Amino acid sequence: MAEAERAPRPLLELCHITKSFQAVQALRGVSLALPAGEVHALAGENGAGKSTVVRIIGGEHQPDSGVIVLRGEPVRLSSPLQARRHGIAVIHQEPVQFPDLSAAENVFMGRQPLRAGRRIDREAMNRRAAELFERLGVPLDPTRPTRGLSIADQQIIEIAKALSGKADVIVMDEPTAALSAVEAERLFTVARGLAGQGAALLFISHRLEEVYALCDRVTVLRDGALVTSASTGEIDRDTLVRRMVGRAVDHLFPEREPGSGPEALVVRGLNRAGAFHDVSFTVRSGEIVGLAGLVGSGRSELARAIFGVDGRDSGTVMVNGVLLPAANPRGAIDRGLALVPEDRREQGLVPELSIERNASLARLGAVSRHGIVSRSSERATARRWGERLRMTVGRFTDAAATLSGGNQQKLVLGKWLATEPSVLIVDEPTRGIDIAAKVEVHSELSRLAAEGLAVLLISSELPEVLGMADRVLVMHEGRITADLPRERATEETVMRAATGTVDAA
Amino acid sequence: MTWRRRPLSGRELGIVFALLVLVAVTTAVNPAFLGAQGLHDLFLNASILTLLAVGQTLLVITRNIDLSVGSTMGLTAFLSGQIYVADHDTPVIAVLVAGIAMGAVCGAVNGALVAAAKVPALVVTLGTLYVFRGLDYGWASLTGTRQVNADQMSGQFLAFGSGSVLGVPRLTLIAIVVLVAVNYVLRTMRSGRELYAIGSNPHAARLAGIPAGKRILAVFVVSGALVGLAGVLHAAYFGTINASVGSGEELAVVAAVVVGGVAIFGGSGTAMGAALGALLLTTITGALPILGVPALWQRAVDGAALLLSISLDRAVMARLASRLRRERNARHG
Ligand SMILES: Nc1ncnc2c1ncn2[C@@H]1O[C@H](COP(=O)(O)OP(=O)(O)OP(=O)(O)O)[C@@H](O)[C@H]1O
Ligand SMILES: [Mg+2]
Repeated sequence: MAEAERAPRPLLELCHITKSFQAVQALRGVSLALPAGEVHALAGENGAGKSTVVRIIGGEHQPDSGVIVLRGEPVRLSSPLQARRHGIAVIHQEPVQFPDLSAAENVFMGRQPLRAGRRIDREAMNRRAAELFERLGVPLDPTRPTRGLSIADQQIIEIAKALSGKADVIVMDEPTAALSAVEAERLFTVARGLAGQGAALLFISHRLEEVYALCDRVTVLRDGALVTSASTGEIDRDTLVRRMVGRAVDHLFPEREPGSGPEALVVRGLNRAGAFHDVSFTVRSGEIVGLAGLVGSGRSELARAIFGVDGRDSGTVMVNGVLLPAANPRGAIDRGLALVPEDRREQGLVPELSIERNASLARLGAVSRHGIVSRSSERATARRWGERLRMTVGRFTDAAATLSGGNQQKLVLGKWLATEPSVLIVDEPTRGIDIAAKVEVHSELSRLAAEGLAVLLISSELPEVLGMADRVLVMHEGRITADLPRERATEETVMRAATGTVDAA
Repeated sequence: MTWRRRPLSGRELGIVFALLVLVAVTTAVNPAFLGAQGLHDLFLNASILTLLAVGQTLLVITRNIDLSVGSTMGLTAFLSGQIYVADHDTPVIAVLVAGIAMGAVCGAVNGALVAAAKVPALVVTLGTLYVFRGLDYGWASLTGTRQVNADQMSGQFLAFGSGSVLGVPRLTLIAIVVLVAVNYVLRTMRSGRELYAIGSNPHAARLAGIPAGKRILAVFVVSGALVGLAGVLHAAYFGTINASVGSGEELAVVAAVVVGGVAIFGGSGTAMGAALGALLLTTITGALPILGVPALWQRAVDGAALLLSISLDRAVMARLASRLRRERNARHG
């Protein structure tokens, strides 16, 4: 109570908001207060209703009942435009871009700086966009179209969009999901600065360390209902997890003997101009090799080139002693290689199709090494994986687009894991996935490795890499700058190699 | 490499180059092709197609399309004739205003159906293509005017259509003014950039607070008005009108737009490109008989140009995407 008295009048208040989508009750009477100068965390499992809260604040959805109070006045936010006019900015979980337009235009669309005669001042626009990117530590060229940008870059643009206006209520739906610790820390600095200037921030992340590092308060949702709201100083991590999941979660990484089987994936002298240079490494059967690095260091590009989605300039890739043809994903699949791509929404889902259909898409058949996989068994596997990863699904016949962000990730991940390859490259396997499911993914990867699968694990989450990998490769500006065995891989050695501070190789 | 705008994009330069080659070859076969009269006719013909193509560009950029252009043009051209049948001395400006207004109304009908009823433009305008043409024929048979000839129109009107200012055909001047204005809006006004945003990603446009429905309706009205203008100019230039003016014109218009580098799925392209596309297609049409190809082939050539451009766009897009990926990384390497 004492705290409530001290707290200034909230900038934004949600009172008893409910929202349902057909059969799904997404929010059940959620109340939330965002005071000026505070960063408020919203936590909960996949499908708990976090993004639904965000969309209601952003004017994309209207609540079925309940009131939104802004600066003491009840408001109706009937469209994103309305919300923006009220000084609300939203960073969406799934970055949405205009691929044909420049990065700067993406940031300023609808609010471009003007010159005399209501003409767009391109120079000012590009300059301001460049400043924003600089502030976020990812110097994108503001004049380039956004087509082809990595998820992390898209995320940066999405953040820049929210920062470019004069918003004082800023809602961030998993802004750091695609970022590594370095970029995330930059974002936190910016966020703290905004809060210092009197903005109210709502922050969502599945990484609890970030919640503790950045936020003053945390509110937990479970199944659309508010479970707890407490100051971060008063609730410890384990309690927080228990509130989110409804039980304790052991987040120890599974114990496993380092793999020592035959060399399953051998990469020699791989080059691609502008992406990566002279990359050589091996992954043994039964081994999990982590690939760490900053945003833009070329990890995803390397993965795509190994798998053959992109071409390569020189170098060889061997899977189980057989050379892979360049730029031929089908050939790679036939030889037992699988890639769970970074951009799962773009490259792994057909949002309009049903969840069931997505899980049993023809790709699954193509990936099967024995050629014959029946639809019904595919579907059964996909369902089994859905359960394993604790996917919260209303009906399997609903469109995949209606799944929450994290559940979409699980759908694609499950689909690929079910294909039982002999070498698996996973790019950010736990991005956007809640804690309990993360543990499942980790134990699955470890179980598969113990059964002889060779795993190349690309992750921006350092604890994940350090906890899972037998060996850690670090990339910096397209080169492998370190190859650290488990004993020598620490946060410090990896970060130093990743930032190019020292050549640890 | 920087992404800053150049006066002409690669695609536009390509069209200019194709034009030069075509003109050179055709002139070599028949020097009269480049004669004063030949050029004059070429530009006049291209002007009307340009007006249509510029309007269509606005629509295609927003991921819409208007297949009823030919019918709308037919209707407004016929309206001009009807006005003169009713009153031989109507001032030119009144006919222009009437034609433009009628075109705008046709556009508004299309736009309202697309924006409010959320029916795809392809379907709506395929429907109105026949509805408008039907109205045109119905009007003709109701009034018993199968055809309006030059002698029924005012001399002023006909002079307006075929006149020149400082040696440049007036129609061409009008087309250039419209082109410059549209180009300006598309490049430098917020509303223009928002059209690209709508076509590039409608969902993102909504999140960015762009009133897409309103913009799309406005674009249909503007494009309809331009078609109306083109219809009146057609009447003034040719001096003979019947109810079938503009039949099948939608093919040439869409082909010009696509040849000009406007992406059929929206989000990119310029009015300048579409105008060059119109000029190229008109030149081809003019060159065919000289090169010994019967004019019957014109439709086939338009269609082929359309298909060729779409395949070209695909290839260019794929290369662009991979180049963009590469450049993003080059920064680090
Ligand atoms: N448009 C929609 N139609 C139907 N159901 C929906 C829709 N949007 C969300 N839902 C459902 O509402 C519930 C809450 O979803 P929401 O996106 O808010 O979850 P979340 O907490 O953001 O999860 P995540 O951590 O995975 O992003 C989910 O069960 C989801 O399937
Ligand atoms: Mg979400």
